[in-house]
Amino acid sequence: MIAAVNNAAGLVTAAAADTVQKIDAPTVDLRAVLPVLIVLGGACLGVLVEAVFQRRTRYPVQLFVTLATLVAAAVAVVWGAVDRHYAVTFAGSIAVDQASYVSWGVILVLAVLSVLLIADRVSEPGGAIVAQAAVRVGSKQEAAAARRVLPMHTEVFPLTLFAIGGMLVFPAASDLLTLFVALEVLSLPLYLMSGMARRRRLISQEAAVKYFLLGAFASAIMLYGIALLYGYAGGIGFSDIRRVAQLGTGSDVLLLAGIALLFVGLLFKASVGPFHLWTPDVYQGAPTPVTAFMAACTKAAAFAAMMRILIVALEPMTWTWRPVLWWVAIASMAIGAIMGITQTDFKRMLAYSSIAHAGFLLLGVMAVSDKGASATLFYLLTYGVATIGAFAILTIVRRASPGADPDGPGGVGPEAGSVADWAGLAKRSPLLAASMSLFLLSFAGIPLTSGFIGKLSVFSAAAAEGMGALVVVAMVATAITAFFYLRIVVLMYFSDPPSGTVTLPSGAAGGDGSGAAGESAAGVLTATRTQARTVVIAPGALTAAVITVCVILTLALGIVPSWGLDLTEITSGFLY
Amino acid sequence: MTNSYNPLLLLLIGVPLVGAIGMMFAKNLPVRTTKLIALLFSLVPLALAVLLWVNFKAHDYQPTPAVNPTPTATPVDSVVPLFSQVFSVDWIPAFGIRFSLGVDGISLVMIALIALLVPIVIGASWEEKLPAGRSVAGYLGLLLALESAMIGVFAATDVFLFYVMFEVMLIPMYFLIGAYGGARRTYAATKFFLYSLLGGLMMLASLIGLYVASADIRPEGGTLDWATLRSIADQIPVGTQIWIFFGFFIAFAIKAPLVPLHTWLPDAGAEAPVGAGTLLVGVLDKVGTFGFLRICLPLLPAASTKLAWLVLLLASIGIIYGAIVAAGQTNLKRFVTYTSIAHFGFIAMGCFVFTTQAVSGAVLYMVNHGLATGLLFLLVGMLAARGGSVNVKDYGGVWKVAPILTGLFLVASMATIAVPGTNSFISEFLVLLGSFRTQPVWAIIATCGIVLAAVYMLWIFQQVFTGPIRGRAVVATDPGDDHLAPAPSLGEVRTDPHGIPAVGPQPASTVTVTSTSVTTGVDPAARTVSLSTDVITEADPAARAEPVAAPGRRLRFGDLSKREIAVLSPLVVLIIFLGVYPKPVLDVINPTADRTVIDSGHTVGTGLDVTADRAQQEGK
Repeated sequence: MIAAVNNAAGLVTAAAADTVQKIDAPTVDLRAVLPVLIVLGGACLGVLVEAVFQRRTRYPVQLFVTLATLVAAAVAVVWGAVDRHYAVTFAGSIAVDQASYVSWGVILVLAVLSVLLIADRVSEPGGAIVAQAAVRVGSKQEAAAARRVLPMHTEVFPLTLFAIGGMLVFPAASDLLTLFVALEVLSLPLYLMSGMARRRRLISQEAAVKYFLLGAFASAIMLYGIALLYGYAGGIGFSDIRRVAQLGTGSDVLLLAGIALLFVGLLFKASVGPFHLWTPDVYQGAPTPVTAFMAACTKAAAFAAMMRILIVALEPMTWTWRPVLWWVAIASMAIGAIMGITQTDFKRMLAYSSIAHAGFLLLGVMAVSDKGASATLFYLLTYGVATIGAFAILTIVRRASPGADPDGPGGVGPEAGSVADWAGLAKRSPLLAASMSLFLLSFAGIPLTSGFIGKLSVFSAAAAEGMGALVVVAMVATAITAFFYLRIVVLMYFSDPPSGTVTLPSGAAGGDGSGAAGESAAGVLTATRTQARTVVIAPGALTAAVITVCVILTLALGIVPSWGLDLTEITSGFLY
Repeated sequence: MTNSYNPLLLLLIGVPLVGAIGMMFAKNLPVRTTKLIALLFSLVPLALAVLLWVNFKAHDYQPTPAVNPTPTATPVDSVVPLFSQVFSVDWIPAFGIRFSLGVDGISLVMIALIALLVPIVIGASWEEKLPAGRSVAGYLGLLLALESAMIGVFAATDVFLFYVMFEVMLIPMYFLIGAYGGARRTYAATKFFLYSLLGGLMMLASLIGLYVASADIRPEGGTLDWATLRSIADQIPVGTQIWIFFGFFIAFAIKAPLVPLHTWLPDAGAEAPVGAGTLLVGVLDKVGTFGFLRICLPLLPAASTKLAWLVLLLASIGIIYGAIVAAGQTNLKRFVTYTSIAHFGFIAMGCFVFTTQAVSGAVLYMVNHGLATGLLFLLVGMLAARGGSVNVKDYGGVWKVAPILTGLFLVASMATIAVPGTNSFISEFLVLLGSFRTQPVWAIIATCGIVLAAVYMLWIFQQVFTGPIRGRAVVATDPGDDHLAPAPSLGEVRTDPHGIPAVGPQPASTVTVTSTSVTTGVDPAARTVSLSTDVITEADPAARAEPVAAPGRRLRFGDLSKREIAVLSPLVVLIIFLGVYPKPVLDVINPTADRTVIDSGHTVGTGLDVTADRAQQEGK
């Protein structure tokens, strides 16, 4: 609608030869983008804090700044949403509408929970983030640092805020370049954060490099797609593409190739289907709170952005792209569900579960309706809450291995990554096991948990658009995923805790502790070690709070889902 | 839609739930107190169920002319409200979902059955041996939670609520099997859960389909309210109905279970603790056949009519297959589950022949099967608790050892094979009679199942209860004896001072046992006899001192205790009573059965398709 305005830059270069044309200043509605500004401003403030404050005082200040920023942004979101302050601004590159507000709300809620988890320095002494990321793995300095239990890098807070800022822009981006910039802004901090695990440094860094390389590759492909779409529509705005697609005047080759390449990039970020290969490695290697952040918030942002592109720019082409995405969704559900069964590592299992869930989410996105959009955002909220809760529990279930892990701070072993370590947990920590079971049941979509309502709304939106067959496939995939969720419940409740000497394949034992043991993660060695019982360490106050909130939300959204459905309901469509 | 607040059904669901939650905090109470509290919480629903029955009869329902002779039958629901004792409030308005409860004749009798069986099961589980490390409070809490969910399924009058309860019901049963079951419990629990979940998800797909289909028809949007869906059921296109039908059908066929989808039941039934197994076979599986009657027939009438042949085929296969496989079982619990599979064939057949007689018969069968198989399963459990084995080969001549147990088992057996005078006879007869009028071929095939039932039941009875006393579960050998030593083929029985008959290797004619001496076997010493022979000899030094039993052949158990007899007697009374006078139950069932048949597009009297009938008339 503001399409007339937004080609100013392009027109200028074309007309520069003749006369100097008058440039209309684009309208700038600062109030509409206030939440984004607050978050990015808070991030800059965080960088200043690093420069000004002493190391000892940085942590409380950073934590305060970060949380205050997020809360302020949330207040701004509520203010705008209640006032129905909708606008397409910045020369049509940002669209702030009901869907943007809902996406922002979902992302901010999940972000607050993730930040609390990242900030916890009690569960893992010093925090899950490493103290000196630059120290070479396996060096003497590292061993010395590990013994002294230094507090974590506080730079992680501004990094998180920058990532959140990118995530807020991503679903509101209404032209392809803004979309790309937002993607990079949210990705770069994540690449960095993935490599900052305190324990198992080596696979953490491997994860970071892998994520970075594949991410860069996907970005490049996406950029290529953007170029082709620009060639097709003669503009980068979603509204331009929509207009040309409706007229049917452009080159179909450019359009189809452009869509395909653009979606490779987006599907990669959302860890969908055949573009998922980075997911298990990065989920496993990254510090667990960062994994939770990625799994919940990045997914929310990526799907919300994808929805805007499909609904605004490519809606006239629905019958072209829907069959393709149909198969992508099936592939994603099948890969996630089937590969998930074979996993022995908890985080990898959750990674494959997230791939399967990405397939389910795609159903809601493909519906291209207000109902589908609300359903997808509700699903993202429920899935994100359960995911953060599950990862939060993961951080406090540890292997007790005083002998096996001499370098480990505080005598507590690393996270009990192997699924087998969770056997018999219910006998010793009934509350924890019950919470974990709740999250797993929510993933599996059992009624009276939030995950069920999420699935119900997404699937019914898809069925209403004539995708009944896909819904049936999704049901079968759900049943398969339920098998591996259930396996954990079985282990926790019906099995005896592991004890005694067992021979562990390198996959399970690998990476115990930092440094040298981490090398075995490369998969060469087979270690025989005494595997002591798993211990549940007392969670820090922040982690405990996160778990509690997640449990409450999962139950509340499952039993009385109306308020959640009302909050995420989108009635007025997407602006462009 | 208006809200109603009749609290009775809500209480029926809520009271056991409160009890279940209370059990979570009862870990530190004395075991006996815990059990009494649980029993109390299960007796309150029984009282409420009686009240429900009385209210149902008194207020909301007057008997209508049972059979409407004209083919153009007026719907019964025009005079009688669809549901009685309604509780209904908004739940998820975004999807047109309400939290609404209500009963009709069919759900009323099922709720009454649940409310009756749960206290009996708790009483029967009074001295249940739980696996190491498991608490009684947890077990009873799960039983109460299960009761709450089961009542919820039958009381739900919103299809969504029905689905939710259907799935929630899985969770306590899953933990009952998985945490409290036998040796292969984890396997059985997982299999049970996955089968049911797969069915549940197919049902969810169909539920969404139903919602979307209703949204296409109603201008005000989709709904999942049963009564509303019923009123538009005839407008849903047949093609859509068939797809939706398949989802529901798979869910219910897994739950019921019909034959190709039945394999979870023998495992789950065999591994479940006795109490849970009784509820599993007695009530939980009925949800499947109840679903046929509540959802498939009235909400998807065209598809039900079109696909009735499929159900009848599977039902007939089930009747024959279940009977043949049951005859081959060596595990008593698995045996009971296979007999149930055969019986579910009858029930499913009764649902899909579309005559009032058959539908009434099927519903009555659901109740009767719950009573008869419940009794059978509990008795198998009591036998297994004594002998420490569920293997048929480990038993023999139990009649002489435990005559009361045997007598009750005989009653249960007779009821299972539907001997006239027992309750099952009425229902089986009604089903066959109703079926024969419209589907004679299937009815004849099903009748063969009755003969087979007599074969398997009498065979098992003969092996376990008659003949000479034998089998290592019945006769304890020497502590030093190899457990696998062949059981003594023929032994004579003598009594020791504790009243426990002892078997010696002497010639059979020396001493015979009178029934009085055996029944005294209920004394404490006999009942403490546990599974291992070592314990027996230590717990009962008199056994060693017994000079006659020098080679040490002793019986391992006595007859039923007073508690057990008291617990089982209501079932026995009902089996006989309903066998002689089923009218009170049939009176409640009939109007709803009528309505279900009409809803499914058939006339009450003839069972013929109304439309076909009309066409015929117009042709004339």
